[in-house]
Amino acid sequence: MTRYFYDKRVREIFWQAALLAGLAGTIILIVRNASQNMVNAGMASGFDFLWRTSGIDVSFVLTSYTPDANILALLWVGVANTLVITFVAAIAATLLGFVVGIARLSPNKLLAGLAGAYIEFVRNIPLLFFVLFWYFGVIAALPGPRQSIGFFAVAFLNNRGLTIPVPTDGTAFRIAALVVLAGFIAQAAIAIWAKRRRDATGLIFPVWASGLALFIALPALAFGIAAALSSWDVPALRGFNYRGGFVLVPEFVALFAALATYTAGFIAEIVRGGIQSVVKGQWEAAYALGLRPNRALSLIVIPQAMRVMVPPLTSQYLNVLKNSSFGAAIAFPELVSVFVGSALTNTGQAIEIIAITLAIYLALGLAVSGFMNWFNARTRLVTR
Amino acid sequence: MTVASTLGTRPVCASLLRRMKADYFATPLNAVVSLLCIAAIAAIAVPILRWALIDAHFAGTTRADCTGSGACWVFVKARFGQFMYGFYPPAERWRVNLAAVLMITATVLSFWPGLPRRALAVPLLWAGFLVVAAWLLAGGAGLTRVETRQWGGLMLTVFLSVYAGALAVPLGILLALGRQSELPVIRLVSTIFIEFWRGVPIITVIFLASLLLPLVMPAGWDIDRLVRALVGLAFVIAAYMAEAVRGGLQAIPKGQAEAASAQGLGYWQTTGLVVLPQALRISMPAMTNEFIALVKNTSLVSIVSIFDLLGIAQASLADPAWVGMNMEAYAFAGTVYWLICFGLSRWSRHLEAGRKKTH
Repeated sequence: MTRYFYDKRVREIFWQAALLAGLAGTIILIVRNASQNMVNAGMASGFDFLWRTSGIDVSFVLTSYTPDANILALLWVGVANTLVITFVAAIAATLLGFVVGIARLSPNKLLAGLAGAYIEFVRNIPLLFFVLFWYFGVIAALPGPRQSIGFFAVAFLNNRGLTIPVPTDGTAFRIAALVVLAGFIAQAAIAIWAKRRRDATGLIFPVWASGLALFIALPALAFGIAAALSSWDVPALRGFNYRGGFVLVPEFVALFAALATYTAGFIAEIVRGGIQSVVKGQWEAAYALGLRPNRALSLIVIPQAMRVMVPPLTSQYLNVLKNSSFGAAIAFPELVSVFVGSALTNTGQAIEIIAITLAIYLALGLAVSGFMNWFNARTRLVTR
Repeated sequence: MTVASTLGTRPVCASLLRRMKADYFATPLNAVVSLLCIAAIAAIAVPILRWALIDAHFAGTTRADCTGSGACWVFVKARFGQFMYGFYPPAERWRVNLAAVLMITATVLSFWPGLPRRALAVPLLWAGFLVVAAWLLAGGAGLTRVETRQWGGLMLTVFLSVYAGALAVPLGILLALGRQSELPVIRLVSTIFIEFWRGVPIITVIFLASLLLPLVMPAGWDIDRLVRALVGLAFVIAAYMAEAVRGGLQAIPKGQAEAASAQGLGYWQTTGLVVLPQALRISMPAMTNEFIALVKNTSLVSIVSIFDLLGIAQASLADPAWVGMNMEAYAFAGTVYWLICFGLSRWSRHLEAGRKKTH
């Protein structure tokens, strides 16, 4: 008996079995309690509620949802809004974060200090504070529609949100998007061909030039033509409010501003750390090889800095996705707000609704980190 | 006599001027950037200073005492008790203050170099503090009971941070060890636990805890609303803490554990006496960062109507006697959060610098 007691392998199996038994016991207990409590409270279970008519009015809809649609359609409204706010906030935060992070490294101490103050300001205050501040402090304090802040007389910001013009017919834009997509594919093909040719012959093809043309000039041209060809629904002041156009509700503007400015503080620190992680000798070696500063930056420093920056950037993008749920605090109709908020109140099916919500966040998170892992694998240091 | 030689009689001033010229106006571009920065600082700081100090009102007791365009700090003065203690009965607030004093004492003692048997004393000290403070705050056993409904303000923010942190640190250490374990089942369970809680928003976890915890308890059991939110927060933070600890564990060379087991130490002795003390020292900055994130995330409990500092500041805006105090309430709450989090991060950096010096 003691022989088994002191046998390492027996003990290992015993402890793991004990853990599994404990977990199984807890789960059985939880399920039993939950089903008993639900019977006692007369609560419904199952996923039938998804096909019930929702009857919930949503202030910001990008799908074809109406209150007559079912709850599944309501769920998609929430998912679409979560994705849109995550996408636009992540892009804005990246741009602002890179600017602030590079400014933090400026030889000009005033600029570096200003960037540092910004970083220390946003990083040490809760995000919920910024969400509430932008919503109740800034947007609510904006003038009414009649005194709107206009942008080139086509977009108007007031305390009812940001009204932007929309094309009445999206066909031209859909064609433009296809053209741009074709351009991206062409650029990828050119890059592969150029690398093969360089490996074979040593000739350098200016990939950046075709990239500039296909990534910036072509989209600008395509969307420019589409914009010129489409007829526009431009918002105009009628009585006390703007008619026409598309209203980005105040909740959207506030959540976007809060997420972008807050995350930018974290991205700025990542950018600073990434650039600083490239030792000075790398710059000097690049110069010694005869590279000019911009070539040294783009060929030597940025690729090495990216390698350090990609993993923490990934977790920041995942944070933006998760933090978009702060919209629930100001009733921006994102996933948590419409589903865990409105749909749960209407149906009372807490277990199913929370399980679906958690599953969606986990799936979206896996998708984002999967993409970033693929990107990381491409920029990773290849060692023999 | 030239200007330079006149300045030469005051060497400090001259070198300062020269340094300023070198730092801020060395090239035309640098000069333009500096001037733009000065303009930006002026554009931000002047209106804020005018609002917060020069035009502000400090004296008085009601809304009517604030007449000008500046900040109405009278509002914060009138609400100060609520911002600090929520609806905690004024006659019992000494208990909160006493708990705060005990917390500061425990913190100071934990970092006091003369503390005997530190590895054992620090956890015992905090366990003792947590029990005594919980009794002081909630009451019972000789003290008047104060329902958690009445707790609020800064006191609740600190309570949630300290108690969720105190649950999360040991749980996080166990999870990190589990994730590094050689036993596949333990490793799998720990990894799933960590990745699940890290993958979902904290708001959904707080909803999960406050809606589903009562549902999975045996009929008739009731868990306090605050405890539900606390458990939810603690689980999420434990998962993040586990990743912070894992960084430290991975930095310890394998030879350390091998040398310890060659001395005849078992798993728990090797871990507790050799690996963890070194790993936790390395993980300290990362764990402090997670704690700062926890302090900021406690503000999310206001979503289930528990009024922490930010929640009570937001709720105070609904008072018809004090209409339009948004900026004052936000400025006060924001400053308090900033001071706590900035102070913690500076303190962590200071400890880190001291540790690097001694090694």
